[in-house]
Amino acid sequence: MPDIIKNRRLLSGREYIGVDKIDGPLIFARKTHPVGYRELIECVDQHGHVRMGIVLESSTQVVVVQVFEGTSGLTLPGTRIRFAGEPLTLGVSREMLGRVFNGLGHPIDGGPRQRSDLELNVNGLAINPTARQYPRDFIQTGISVIDGMNTLIRGQKLPVFSGNGLPHNELAAQIARQAKIRGSDTEFAVVFAAMGVKHDVARFFIRSFEESGVLDNVALFLSLADDPSIERLITPRTALTLAEHLAFNEDMHVLVIMTDMTNYCESLREISTIRGEIPSRKGYPGYLYSDLAELYERSGMIKERKGSITSLPILTMPNDDISHPIPDLSGYITEGQIVFEREMDGRGIYPPVAGLPSLSRLMKDGIGEGMTREDHPHLASQLFAAYSYVKDVRNLASVIGEEELTPLDHDYLEFGKKFEQQFVSQGQEEERTIEQTLDLGWEVLRSLPVEELHRITEEEIEKYYGS
Amino acid sequence: MEKRIIGQVKRVNGPVIEVMGITDAEMFELVRVGEENLIGELIKLETDSAVVQVYEDTTGIAPYDPVYGEGMQLSVELGPGLVGTIYDGIQRPLEAIRDLSDIYIQRGITVPSLNREKKWHFVPAVKAGDQVSGGMVLGTVQETENVLHKILVPPRDNGMLESIVAEGDYTVEEVIAVLKTDDTHKKNLFLMHRWPIRMQRPTRQRLPLDIPLITGQRVIDTLFPVAKGGTVSIPGGFGTGKTMTQQAVAKWCDADMIVYIGCGERGNEITDVLTEFPQLIDPRSGRSLMERTILIANVSNMPVSAREASIYTGITLAEYFRDQGYHVAVMADSTSRWAEALRELSGRMEEMPAEEGFPAYLPTKIAEFYERAGRMETLNGESGSVTIIGAVSPPGGDFSEPVTQHTKRFIRCFWALDRHLANARHYPAISWLESYSEYLSDMSTWWEREISAQWLTDRTEIMELLHREVRLQQVVKLVGPDALPDTQRFILEVCNLFKNAFLQQNAYDKIDMYSTVQKQVRMLHVIVAYWQRGSEAIKNGATLVKLKKMKVYQDIIKMKFSIPNDNLDGFDKLEARLERAMDQLEALHA
Ligand SMILES: Nc1ncnc2c1ncn2[C@@H]1O[C@H](COP(=O)(O)OP(=O)(O)OP(=O)(O)O)[C@@H](O)[C@H]1O
Ligand SMILES: [Mg+2]
Repeated sequence: MPDIIKNRRLLSGREYIGVDKIDGPLIFARKTHPVGYRELIECVDQHGHVRMGIVLESSTQVVVVQVFEGTSGLTLPGTRIRFAGEPLTLGVSREMLGRVFNGLGHPIDGGPRQRSDLELNVNGLAINPTARQYPRDFIQTGISVIDGMNTLIRGQKLPVFSGNGLPHNELAAQIARQAKIRGSDTEFAVVFAAMGVKHDVARFFIRSFEESGVLDNVALFLSLADDPSIERLITPRTALTLAEHLAFNEDMHVLVIMTDMTNYCESLREISTIRGEIPSRKGYPGYLYSDLAELYERSGMIKERKGSITSLPILTMPNDDISHPIPDLSGYITEGQIVFEREMDGRGIYPPVAGLPSLSRLMKDGIGEGMTREDHPHLASQLFAAYSYVKDVRNLASVIGEEELTPLDHDYLEFGKKFEQQFVSQGQEEERTIEQTLDLGWEVLRSLPVEELHRITEEEIEKYYGS
Repeated sequence: MEKRIIGQVKRVNGPVIEVMGITDAEMFELVRVGEENLIGELIKLETDSAVVQVYEDTTGIAPYDPVYGEGMQLSVELGPGLVGTIYDGIQRPLEAIRDLSDIYIQRGITVPSLNREKKWHFVPAVKAGDQVSGGMVLGTVQETENVLHKILVPPRDNGMLESIVAEGDYTVEEVIAVLKTDDTHKKNLFLMHRWPIRMQRPTRQRLPLDIPLITGQRVIDTLFPVAKGGTVSIPGGFGTGKTMTQQAVAKWCDADMIVYIGCGERGNEITDVLTEFPQLIDPRSGRSLMERTILIANVSNMPVSAREASIYTGITLAEYFRDQGYHVAVMADSTSRWAEALRELSGRMEEMPAEEGFPAYLPTKIAEFYERAGRMETLNGESGSVTIIGAVSPPGGDFSEPVTQHTKRFIRCFWALDRHLANARHYPAISWLESYSEYLSDMSTWWEREISAQWLTDRTEIMELLHREVRLQQVVKLVGPDALPDTQRFILEVCNLFKNAFLQQNAYDKIDMYSTVQKQVRMLHVIVAYWQRGSEAIKNGATLVKLKKMKVYQDIIKMKFSIPNDNLDGFDKLEARLERAMDQLEALHA
């Protein structure tokens, strides 16, 4: 029996001329040798151009192949396919930094094909939880609402939930520019994956990296709006494969920016629909959660390895709806989220980070004495509590009128205003140290009477609030 | 050993494989697929074909690959060595896997669940010639300082002990006893035995659920307590605190053993438990918390079919410790991921979907799972329990979806997490309006007998205030607080105080992270006393502002941080201060 398997290895590489059906990005081929699930294929069109794909389903009857570069221009008799007998891999090396690739990892900057140190399966493997190192190092982004209230930790996956036209690119670029760990000198790199975004977005990032002089430490994987939508499915995997190599084999601290996850999910839906799968919510496949987890879970830190992968996926919430499956399932996988609010953007507040729905789950172990400052945990908690009450007061005021509010409620309104305009709001080039951020937090808290500060200890009040 | 081929791969679709040319195979049989011997389970059987779900990534599997049968059902190994171990969804020890395959989990690795080399010190409790039956204790192994592992006769075996080894050190594979099951058959017994994960372990009978599982979490123990052997569901949108609540319960509850199932959740959360638990000290035994914990981890990017199995693996381990007479608490985070795994597998098998793509048998599966909880009289006449606390992750945080709704039918305690509370960083964000516990009345006798006769009255009083607050808030939203008389505004104040001082509990604070029941009872009473004396004072003409400005008010708010569990004298002083302050206030208005 194992002869069959041996035969299969021999047969791989054999070329089949003509396919039986083409539907969207999928090709169906009958009468092939036994082909392995998720095996890599090369598909040659009548002009001799090679496109890559992978096997989505394999049976004794038919093989279903998804072609990353799309199927446009392919014909049934004129298409030739070759099976590689192994899954899609990416040749990786440090030299890929400073270069630009398409979603499959082929250079598109005119330079030569990279020399590779290692061939890695782009699907990656699950990290053994016993090998993980729990992330706790504070990253100072210089942005108060992040550092103070939703602290980013090295190795964290913290997405930005944004909306069309909101400044998520600006924020991501600002983080990439300013992020630093105090007293640390390990090398860093940025891996940037663009899925279905426009050229000017890619150009914006490139310029921003250029201006801050880090372009040599950046690898870009671009599958832009006019590239075949199916290529977006492989782009983040390719990018993360390089990120893993840099982090866990080359000891670098890698920041992965992936934008826009919404486009990625739409491509996934497209494939699923063509295959006639039973959808769950809004037509998205039931495995969207697992599929996203395969991407997001690739970040983190590993024991006995120096590097790390911190990821900052960006997604635009369709209709600004946070309960839409894409942000919703992302939120269930990532370690918190930075949520943008259109209304704050409208009031000219940058970054328009919504105070309440934003959350960093890893901040608990990365802040406080010895890491940021001893007062940080309680201060952040108090700011959240007070700002949440501000929202209630504003609602009340909109019904009964501001005049009818109690004096205490007026204090809260004042606090809310200062919090948004002084603490949250800052310039795109403005970088605040953590001390400046925390001091500013105390500054705005002083709008409230001391009896209201339930979450702060006497000592902290004495030391920071003053009397 | 000769491998037994039961068929060949016909079609591969993710983790689901159709097999053709089936010769002999058994339903739910454990199988191996392809050259790499990937582990799978046979889940559908027809005349000459079958469906297998594979517990590892199926990349590379192709038609005509061989499928081998293992001749047994998917089972777990039960015996010494379980405690403190971390397993994947099909009970492969992740630490041992790491030694073999570095930081990533490679495929096709076979490692026995229980260590084969380690010797355990076995002390027999029966002797040759004794008549024994399933579930009886053959002897004991002191597994960790605080876990006495009782070695049981496998549940379905009966007979006369032909021989049993003397006290001494044995591995789990050495024969420790020979059982004569009838005149002609003999069976070797070991420190370990196997049990199929999808089959409930037998017990004698169910016992009433009238003893609370004390969790140290005030909102739970005081407002929505769960019984030992009970079932709880914690639904909540992302980031509302399901994992934190389950971890807090796993840390501080008074169970003897914890089985923590990370089902389709984050890798870092498992790592967090792995790093934190060994360092935390169990207040009851004085030993590390890891010494009473078993972890099952199928994180979100591990194969989805093993996610489906992980729940059963966990519950079977729990039942095994229950059968030894222990109280076991199972945390399942999150049962929604398990239900989604069912959905995905069902979809790939092209079954007819019911609501939102879930298979029609979803409610049956949920019911079967929660049925495995309970306080039981075991086969050897002891009593033990399995409490199940299952998180539910409803899409969009909307509780009307199928998993939340069906779960609600089969559980008796509901801790609903509220997005608004979580956003306001009111933790634990357990809603006092939407949550309920059906165990309360059965357990109040226990509270009154063991803790305090006052408890139930105080609890009722505060619950009533919380409900009155809702109605008052509706008025406030329309006309503002000034429209209410001080007597009613005081209700709002007291509820606010209760939320801040009592319901909110900081899982990261050294003192606040858990409260003994004694502390909870005292805290509750202080607040009720403030309410009662305060309303008197208002009736007598005191103002709300004065009541709130009392220094003792601040002391009450901070009592959770300032009075430690092991020294409750602080409450005597606090109560005295409260009385004095109220007396003074009354004197002013007398
Ligand atoms: N009792 C608590 N004390 C302090 N912080 C808490 C508490 N409960 C929740 N939190 C905060 O809320 C965050 C989210 O909680 P948690 O991870 O338990 O959510 P979840 O409901 O499990 O979310 P998901 O469904 O995405 O897994 C935590 O990281 C922590 O910051
Ligand atoms: Mg969780």
